[in-house]
Amino acid sequence: MLKAVILIGGPQKGTRFRPLSFEVPKPLFPVAGVPMLQHHIEACSKLPNMKEILLIGFYQPNEEINRFLSCAQQDFKISIRYLQEYAALGTGGGIYHFRDQILSGSPEAFFVMNADVCSEFPLPEMLDFQKEHGDAYSFVILGTTANRKQSLNYGCIVENEQTDEVLHYVEKPSTFVSDIINCGIYLFTPEIFQHIGTVFQKNQQDISPACQSNGWHRAEVIRLEQDIFTALAGQGKLYVYKTDRFWSQIKSAGSAIYASRLYLNQYHTTHPERLATNREGGPKTRGNVYIHPTANIDPTAVLGPNVSIGTGVTIGAGVRVRESIILHGATLQDHSCVLNSIVGWGSTIGKWARVEGTPSDPNPNDPYAKIDSETLFRDGKLTPSITILGCNVNIPSEVIILNSIVLPHKDLNRSFKNQIIL
Amino acid sequence: MKALILVGGYGTRLRPLTLTVPKPLVEFCNKPILLHQVEALVKLGIKISLSHEKEPLGTAGPLALARELLTDNEEPFFVLNSDVICDFPFDDMLRFHQQQGREGTIVVTKVEEPSKYGVVVYEGDTGRIHRFVEKPQVFVSNKINAGMYIFSPAMLRRIQLRPTSIEKEIFPVMAEEGHLYAMELQGFWMDIGQPKDFLTGMCMYLQSVRQQAPERLRSGPGFLGNVLVDPTAVIGENCTIGPNVTIGAGVVLEDGVRVKRCTVLKGAHIRSHSWLESCIVGWSSSVGQWVRMENVTVLGEDVIVNDELYINGANVLPHKSIADSVPEPRIIM
Repeated sequence: MLKAVILIGGPQKGTRFRPLSFEVPKPLFPVAGVPMLQHHIEACSKLPNMKEILLIGFYQPNEEINRFLSCAQQDFKISIRYLQEYAALGTGGGIYHFRDQILSGSPEAFFVMNADVCSEFPLPEMLDFQKEHGDAYSFVILGTTANRKQSLNYGCIVENEQTDEVLHYVEKPSTFVSDIINCGIYLFTPEIFQHIGTVFQKNQQDISPACQSNGWHRAEVIRLEQDIFTALAGQGKLYVYKTDRFWSQIKSAGSAIYASRLYLNQYHTTHPERLATNREGGPKTRGNVYIHPTANIDPTAVLGPNVSIGTGVTIGAGVRVRESIILHGATLQDHSCVLNSIVGWGSTIGKWARVEGTPSDPNPNDPYAKIDSETLFRDGKLTPSITILGCNVNIPSEVIILNSIVLPHKDLNRSFKNQIIL
Repeated sequence: MKALILVGGYGTRLRPLTLTVPKPLVEFCNKPILLHQVEALVKLGIKISLSHEKEPLGTAGPLALARELLTDNEEPFFVLNSDVICDFPFDDMLRFHQQQGREGTIVVTKVEEPSKYGVVVYEGDTGRIHRFVEKPQVFVSNKINAGMYIFSPAMLRRIQLRPTSIEKEIFPVMAEEGHLYAMELQGFWMDIGQPKDFLTGMCMYLQSVRQQAPERLRSGPGFLGNVLVDPTAVIGENCTIGPNVTIGAGVVLEDGVRVKRCTVLKGAHIRSHSWLESCIVGWSSSVGQWVRMENVTVLGEDVIVNDELYINGANVLPHKSIADSVPEPRIIM
């Protein structure tokens, strides 16, 4: 019997996803037309022995999460529960706190995944790999190859090439360690809790009582990566399963567009019904396009490649949308042009307006390049990136909004370039 | 009577358009710049002659070169800067000049920013010119030399056949001797020698057409303000054109195009849903679909702009293909 745990974080996490994360918890942000988490849940539910999916995070229970949970349970016919941490406990602390829930029913193994990754989820392969490596109690990390420079932004794994054992693990090193990086998807056995428990006890002793209530230094905060993997490396317990299938982090809004592209491409095999086709009376589509059935789109519009159109969106005559996500209820008026942007819920874009961002895609010539997690500013100037319109933003006709971030409920009255508009 | 139009110079400030066509032949509001002046002169019965400088002779030298053409009778002659556009006041100039009975009359015009030009200081009631001040740092006067003169033939004795600047070498002497008078121009005036001013001048000229011959302008659904369209141009559906647009011969505008404050030269093609403001689109150029062009972008002859680009203040040389956006003003060679 198997279980899966998805770490969904909380409001203090995912700040790089603002202003989109003001409206909706990041794990529920739609990627390729469905909430980010749904891709994880779908992959898990395909495993025949999967009994339950647990979401661990520190969001207060809210309407969106509850609605998502009940829909997902119905759609995938599997028990899904949200376990709320009383504080941010770290990637290890959360599962340790809820270990009884995770182990109830005695699963042989359980997956742990970060919500903010986009992946092909090779879960069956990881299960097979686990059976073939180490003893019955080994743990598996999903790894992939990055280029040397970018590997420094991730957890780096040094492996024994013959046995696939993890010999050394360093989280975000400052000098090059390895080009195999941690994908944030793990397969554990119940024995992991002994190791986490040891660290937990040690922390209780180390941290002075005065610091105990300070959030950052809570004894119960345990990070899987720094605190557990680093210690387990080289002990014959931790193995890495390398994949070359698609994988990306989803940290910033720009990476949501890139992740959409990866998932939309996957739909050719998994959900061809979700991809729009060129048909009579419909808009012209190029490449992979997702259009929700309730969207209202003029036949002279041209959409794609890599476009997702949400529920109730209205798109006027002669509109061009490319490499963008248009969220629910937005309106794009005639002749407008949206490129490399995310248009927030209920926003309006006026006639002939141009909303354009700069893609931060990985170098297509480098098979191991990953999307950059650029800092917002560089040399005192805003780094050109995806343009984001928060919810209910109104863009007047004929202006250009270039490389800018517009916070929710803003009515603009002129063009803006390379700015954050509060 | 004679007129001498100074068309020398390489027209460098109006590049890239002047890389293909000499400046006097560049169409301003669907008519070569030179023709605007020539048509106004012909109305007075003025004969046209040609004078070719083998080497640049400045702004006065050419007069000496044409001395024989200009002095075959005793009548005054006009000298015009070819970059100037206005409601040409040639009969007023003649009348004023004859009344003064002196050697030279300069037309002056009032401008908002006189320190960009040469300023003329003159007596308000008589028009007698005292002096010139080139690009003054402090406010001296807001009247500048409008580039149109009328001279008596006697004045030619002052000019030698060598490169000479009429403003620096000839006028100051004439002013001192009390032989130079200023006539103030009424109505619009512009030096259209560079793209920004070319477009401003276009707006002024179209406004004057609206007042004097409104039937020349196009109106109806989809047209706003003053718009001049050549009869052979083709305009698609759901376009919004104007205000202040000139569309040349054989131009094609596809569906859903928005054009404001632009000159579109002969044979150019603007594809659907594009948005243009304050641009000059060169002859036979092609602007793709969903392009946004603004901020005095000038496309030379036969330039191709690919679909979906943003072109901000680009100056594009002829026969160039643009495949990437130009978010900040620059020159594309």
